[in-house]
Amino acid sequence: MLTDQAGKGVHHDTPGPGHSAQNPLRTGGNLLQLVSPDGERISHPEFDVWVKDVGDEQLCSLYEDMTVIRRIDAEATALQRQGELALWPPLLGQEAAQIGSSRSLRDDDFVFPSYRESGVAYVRGAHLAEIARVWRGNASYGWDPQRINLATPQIIIGSQSLHATGYAMGVQLDGANTAVLAYFGDGATSEGDVNEAMVFAASYQAPVVFFCQNNHWAISEPVRIQSHVQLADRPTGFGIPSIRVDGNDVLAVMAATRVALDRARKGGGPTFIEAVTYRMGPHTTADDPTRYRDPIELEDWAGKDPILRLRKLLEAKGLLTQDVEARVKAKADAVAAELRSSCIGMPDPQPLDVFNHVYSTPNSWIERQKDHYSRYLNSFNQPVEEGAL
Amino acid sequence: MSKLTFARAINAGLRKSLENDPKVVLMGEDIGALGGVFRVTDGLQKDFGKHRVIDSPLAESGIIGTAVGLAYRGYRPVCEIQFDGFIYPAFDQIVSQVAKMHYRTQGRVKMPITIRVPFGGGIGSPEHHSESPEAYFTHTSGLRVVAVSNPQDAYTMIQQAIASDDPVLYFEPKRRYHDKGDVDEALDLARALPLDKAAVVNAGSDVTLVAYGPLVKTAKDAAMAAADEGISVEVIDLRSLAPVDYPVVEASVRKTGRLVITHEAGQSGGLGAEIAASITERCFHYLESAPVRITGFDVPYPYSKLEMHHLPDLDRILDGVDRALGRPNSLSGLEG
Repeated sequence: MLTDQAGKGVHHDTPGPGHSAQNPLRTGGNLLQLVSPDGERISHPEFDVWVKDVGDEQLCSLYEDMTVIRRIDAEATALQRQGELALWPPLLGQEAAQIGSSRSLRDDDFVFPSYRESGVAYVRGAHLAEIARVWRGNASYGWDPQRINLATPQIIIGSQSLHATGYAMGVQLDGANTAVLAYFGDGATSEGDVNEAMVFAASYQAPVVFFCQNNHWAISEPVRIQSHVQLADRPTGFGIPSIRVDGNDVLAVMAATRVALDRARKGGGPTFIEAVTYRMGPHTTADDPTRYRDPIELEDWAGKDPILRLRKLLEAKGLLTQDVEARVKAKADAVAAELRSSCIGMPDPQPLDVFNHVYSTPNSWIERQKDHYSRYLNSFNQPVEEGAL
Repeated sequence: MSKLTFARAINAGLRKSLENDPKVVLMGEDIGALGGVFRVTDGLQKDFGKHRVIDSPLAESGIIGTAVGLAYRGYRPVCEIQFDGFIYPAFDQIVSQVAKMHYRTQGRVKMPITIRVPFGGGIGSPEHHSESPEAYFTHTSGLRVVAVSNPQDAYTMIQQAIASDDPVLYFEPKRRYHDKGDVDEALDLARALPLDKAAVVNAGSDVTLVAYGPLVKTAKDAAMAAADEGISVEVIDLRSLAPVDYPVVEASVRKTGRLVITHEAGQSGGLGAEIAASITERCFHYLESAPVRITGFDVPYPYSKLEMHHLPDLDRILDGVDRALGRPNSLSGLEG
C-alpha cells in the first residue's frame, strides 16, 4: 500500500503523467481509527502492522506522557491566571495528536512546530523552564533548536511549513535519511505559505511530513470557513498523498505518522496527515470561546477525550493498576511543581539584553543605540546637581 | 585584472562562492538552464549541477521560506528575486523570519541567506520591473542591506554577502548590468573593504554628494560637470544601506558643510530622509545649509515614457548641488 506509488515519476525535472488524484494512503475517505471512543481496539488490515510493537509498557508510557502534558497545560493556565505567565496557548484535547506524532519521531528527525505544540516540546526533551519562558515574556525562544532538533515555535500561521520543506531539501542534498515534520493547524491550510510548501515539497519530493491538527477552530473561525472540502483532500491536488486520522486516538496517530515518516525516509516524498481533533480550551488564555462556540459541541467532544479513551483501553487490558495510576500521578505532580518553581524563580532579562543578537556580527547602528541607552540608564544613578533643572 | 560586465562580475563572484563552500546553493526562478533573465547565473547550473543551482517554483515566499529551512540545516542559500517588484510576496518571510530568527533564538540559529534583487529603473520596462524597495528593508532590523555600483564591488561584495553570517539583501542596479569595469578576481576578501563600509569615490571640498547603486555613476558624472564650473564635489558611494557608514559621511560633511543625497526611490520615508536626519544630529554645527534630497517622486514607478522625469539625472543632481551651495537654482526664491 503505502510504499512509493505516490512518488513515482514525480521528480521535478520530469513531471510525469502519473499525477492523478489517486491517494494510496486514504482509507476510503474514512477516519483512520485503531481505538474506538469506548476504548475498543479496532483492527485495521494495513495500519495494524505499524503499531504491532506497541506493547503494554508503551501504552502505559503514552498514557503517562498524555497525562503529564495535560497537567502541564493546566498548571500553565493557572500560572497565567496568577500573573506568572503573560499568555498560554492551551492544548487541552490535543494530547493524542501531539504525543502520538512526536513519539513516532527519531532523535535525528527535525520538527518545525507552531506555538501550541508544548506537548511535542516535552516529548522532544525541552526543559520545563524552556517551555515556560517564552510565555512569561523572558525570551522569544525556549530551547536550543539544534539540541533537541525542534525549531523555535512559529507564531506566524503556517510559515514553518516552508522552513520544514527547506530543511527537508537540505536533508536530501546531504543524502541523509532524516525525516522532517511540520505541525500546523486547520487555519494554516488557508495560508499561501502552506500551499507553497506543498508545491515545493511535491516538486522536489522532499522528505517532509505535514502534520495538520484539525482542532476545528482558528480562534473563532470554524474549519468550514477554511475549506470547502476535507483538509485531507487538499494535498491530493499537489500530488501529495494524505491520511485522515482520528487525532484523539493515540495509536492511530502513531500508525499514520510512522507510515508518513517511513515514506519520507525511503525517498517516497511528502505526506500530509490530517489529525482530526478538538481544541477543548480557548485559543489562548486571552480568548473567550463562549462568544462563538456551542457548548453542546464541546460536550460532544468531551465524550471523545483522548486520555479517557486510552484509559478505557488500558482498563480493558487490565493495565490501569493502582501502581500505574500512582506512578503517573506522581510524575504529573512533580512535573507541574517543577514547571511552577522554574517559572516563578526565573530571573528577568537585563535592559541592555534588548540589543543582543539582532545580528551575529557587530553592527554600528545597534552599538550606537545600545551605548546611548546605556548612558540614559546610567543617568538615573547620577546625583542631580542643585539648580540643574 | 580582467574587464568584466557588471552581470559577469556577479556571475564570477557566485562561481567563486560555489567553489569555495559546498554549503552554498543558489535558488530562484529561471536561474538554471536560462541563466536568469539577466544571465547573471549563466552557466552555473551546468557547472555545479541542479542540486546546487536550483530552479524554483514561481513562488517568492516559497523561495525565501525554504531558504530559511536550508539555513536551519546549515546551508548558505543565495536567492534570486527576479525583479524588485516581485519581492513583495516574500516580504513576510524576509521580515518575520529571515530578519528575526537570529534574535528570536538569541544566536542559536543563524540565517546566512543572501537575497539578490535586481533593482531600479531606466530600462523601459512595464510596471513592477523598475522599483527601488530598499527602504522597506533598511527599516527592518536584522537585515543587512547593500547596493553595488561597479563591477569590482559587485564581484567582491556578493562573496562577502554570502560569507556573512547575517542575512544580506544585495541590490543590483539592473541598468548597469552591461557596464564594463576592471575586476581583480584575485582580490583577497580579507583585504577588501568590509561589506558595511562606504567609499569616497571622488574627493572634493565644496559639497558632499551621497549616492548608491545605479546613481553612483550619475553622481560621478555630475561631479565632473560641476568641476567644469569650479565646484568641487565629494562623491560618496554608500555601498551599505543598513547600516549606513555614518563616520565616512560625517567626516565629509564636516569638511564641506553641505550635503546632497540622491536615490531613485521615492523621497518620503526614504533613505535620504534618514541620512539627512542622522547627519543633522551628528554634525549640525558643521552644516552651512539644509541637506538636499534629489530623489524619485512619491509616485508609483511611472510608465516608461516618463521614467526619465522620475529618475534623478545629472542636471537634477547639479540643481541640488546649487541649492546646497546657495547658488541660483530651480527653487530660488521659494520659501520652505
